[in-house]
Amino acid sequence: MTGNKKTKIIKNIKIDINKCNGCRACEMICSAFHAAPQYSGNNPARSRIRVIHYPLKDIYVPVYAGEYAEAECMGRDKYVIDGKEYDECAFCRASCPSRDLFKEPDSGLPLKCDMCEDHPDKEPLCVQWCYVDALTYEEREEEVDEEEVKLEDVEIGLESMVDKYGLEQVMDVVARMSQKE
Amino acid sequence: MRYAETGFNLEVDLTRGNIERVETDPRDTELYLGGLGTNAKILWDRVPPEVEPFSPDNLLIFAAGLLCGTPATGCNRTIVSTISPQTRLMAFSMMGGFWAPELKYAGYDKVIFRGKSPNLVYLLINNDKVEIRDAAHLQGKGAIETAELIRQELNDPKVQVAAIGLAGENRINFASIEQGRSSASRGGIGAVMGDKRLKAIAVRGTKDINVARPAEFIELCKDVLNYIKFREENPIPGVIPILAVLGSPQEMKIHDEKWHTENFVWGNARLRRKDFWNDDIAKQWYDSMESFRKRFISCYNCPLECGATLAPPGQPTYMMKCFTKLTYSMGAMSDSLEFGLRIAQRATEYGVDGYSAPQVMAFALELLEAGILTEKDFPEMPDDNAHGSEERFYYLLDIIVRREGIGDVLANGTYWAAKEIGNGAEEYAHNNIKKIEQLPLKLGWLNPIYFLMYCTGAKVNITQIEGQFPQAPFPKREHREKFVKDWFQVPDDRFKQYFLDWEPRGENSMPYYPTVEMTCDIVDWMEKMHYIDDALGLCAGLSSFHLKPPYHIHNMPKFISAGAGIEMDEDKLSKAAKRYRTLVRAVNIRRGMRRKDEKPPEDHLKKRFPELEKELLDTYYKFKGWNNEGIPTKESLHELGLDYVSQDFIQRGILADGEEIPAKEALLEIEPA
Ligand code: SF4
Ligand code: SF4
Ligand code: SF4
Repeated sequence: MTGNKKTKIIKNIKIDINKCNGCRACEMICSAFHAAPQYSGNNPARSRIRVIHYPLKDIYVPVYAGEYAEAECMGRDKYVIDGKEYDECAFCRASCPSRDLFKEPDSGLPLKCDMCEDHPDKEPLCVQWCYVDALTYEEREEEVDEEEVKLEDVEIGLESMVDKYGLEQVMDVVARMSQKE
Repeated sequence: MRYAETGFNLEVDLTRGNIERVETDPRDTELYLGGLGTNAKILWDRVPPEVEPFSPDNLLIFAAGLLCGTPATGCNRTIVSTISPQTRLMAFSMMGGFWAPELKYAGYDKVIFRGKSPNLVYLLINNDKVEIRDAAHLQGKGAIETAELIRQELNDPKVQVAAIGLAGENRINFASIEQGRSSASRGGIGAVMGDKRLKAIAVRGTKDINVARPAEFIELCKDVLNYIKFREENPIPGVIPILAVLGSPQEMKIHDEKWHTENFVWGNARLRRKDFWNDDIAKQWYDSMESFRKRFISCYNCPLECGATLAPPGQPTYMMKCFTKLTYSMGAMSDSLEFGLRIAQRATEYGVDGYSAPQVMAFALELLEAGILTEKDFPEMPDDNAHGSEERFYYLLDIIVRREGIGDVLANGTYWAAKEIGNGAEEYAHNNIKKIEQLPLKLGWLNPIYFLMYCTGAKVNITQIEGQFPQAPFPKREHREKFVKDWFQVPDDRFKQYFLDWEPRGENSMPYYPTVEMTCDIVDWMEKMHYIDDALGLCAGLSSFHLKPPYHIHNMPKFISAGAGIEMDEDKLSKAAKRYRTLVRAVNIRRGMRRKDEKPPEDHLKKRFPELEKELLDTYYKFKGWNNEGIPTKESLHELGLDYVSQDFIQRGILADGEEIPAKEALLEIEPA
């Protein structure tokens, strides 16, 4: 990679887990906003933020859907919070084959937080609907390396389908679908 | 396509182990909305009055309100309806939390249980996969513990569980159904669940709930949120702390308990402690709450965080909200909040109603003091300690929930226990309406609004009918003028005038003002708002319970139109609410309830006004379309499209064709099975 620099606005959501009350309004509004047409449907299972909560242990951690992971991690670490052990997966951001978190419930396609880029407001919706300020929004400028060309969403989706069903089967389906058109 | 609702119920026959997914009729949604409304219709249609509460033919219905699962803030109520073993009338207790939206996301509006399972089971709903599972390993487990064990066994922390504890399993007449931070407590519905040998219902859903007009709906939601913010920044001046701010009341946050501890009565709803609240107590209570409370917690999709996680050192963590904070301390005559919060942990795991349980225990101790019960009835009971009857309360709670010795009798609640004990015990079951223990509140003077609500509220719980209109007049006209200025929630401006002219003293003061007509109008409005909440699944803490709430008669029809796609306006909504309110009444009338049952506890009011009380009830019955016995008339039933009710009434001789006939003798006095 070449070392071209450019400035970039880094959008940042700050999470204060002490303020979270577990209401899941963030999940609700994220799923509603990303429904087509917008707000027509509601389903937290489609949300790109999930509040990981163990109420009796007083753990409330909003986690944003991050990158799609092709395979599950090899080694697993553990978190110890208040003397209790948690699997690293418990708070992981990846849409990964080992679990159903951050996947569309029907198709299994991975979900990723897009910072509500289609919304006219600067502040992402989960932040707006989090009334207790467990989620707050910050922007800062940063000098970064020119970005690597990223896989388009479609490609990420396809890749996960291929992982799940194998390339051949996916190509068969695509071929069949194009015949129907 | 169905909007807001899923259009499907689950029918579970526990006797045969049969489960069916049944499509519902969208016309019923138009007529009865959902939640309580459609529950009432099902109970009317399918549970004839001969059915005993603990009969396999009694239904136990868990309903998600019409708007649960949509983005509408605070729309998360589960409405549980059945025939109560305590009142032998229809019970429709509700719980907040997360269960109802999850049921919607699983694809169902209601789960309807009938029959009785041969052994202890739980129901698991995971979208289309629904199964009855063995619960032998959960027998005797606490309600919260059960939920945790089920989550572990399914390895899914996202499953929502409603469960009973030992009290439900042992059919304690005031057993609750617990669900994390929320519970459906009143009327002993947990006992019906236990009778059906159903330990829990676990739900997980990942389907969509759709709304009819998305852009419009989301704007309505935003307006509500903005108004919540406004109310947070502008508490209502001149009222007690819990009424100044929204929520279901904010008992976990508010430390100032002067009003409750000095105005409510202690022990077996007896003693008023006028100078109880002082700096020492305030500090001790503050410290107890602050050291136990780990976090404020909300229900699904609501910012108000009325609940709290409490972790009393040395005891399991649990969650609490509302007035249960005080009932155990006050019942045990203990000046320690720590005691109340500690025993409430055990009571929550057992799953008992936080209003009834402490009163039953205090009642038992009064009977002992009076010599109606003796030391022999309480073998090995500890003595009072310096703080009151704390140790005794632990002892009593245990023997009641386990139905040991006299506990077996007390487990039926003060009304039925007193009857069984006899020997004058009835005098001590003094704080009941329709056989249910009430808030420990005794009034000196008659407030006509509260009088009518106490008499006629079908949920038999004052907090479930009051709200909207101030509890008392404000001292000065200028205060009242200020109050009505931004009071847009009123259905009509005449309500502002009622309040403006309401004086603490003089001609326009209680009990003769508000006038009988005004009182009827006000009570009808208050009640209507609760019924709408209970059909939509809205929390009363954002709506009917409060002065100036974000949800009101002007925006609710819009929520229904844009959400469920049912054209709605204020009149149509009011009529729908009246329809299923009348149906709840009809279920109870058919079970024998009459005017004679509609009265406040004998000693509730220090000064009585028999003529005025009679006039209030006469006029209100007429206003509601009921005859002088409180039976809905043929004409009013016809107007609501409830001719099937009047036909049934006529067939049973409850109504004569066209005129009133004397009430048939009530079924209500039959001893519990
Ligand atoms: S909206 Fe805020 S408080 Fe509510 S769950 Fe999400 S992060 Fe927590
Ligand atoms: S920023 Fe937008 S896309 Fe990302 S989780 Fe929040 S609401 Fe969803
Ligand atoms: S107001 Fe309180 S009780 Fe009501 S839904 Fe919100 S958090 Fe729950």
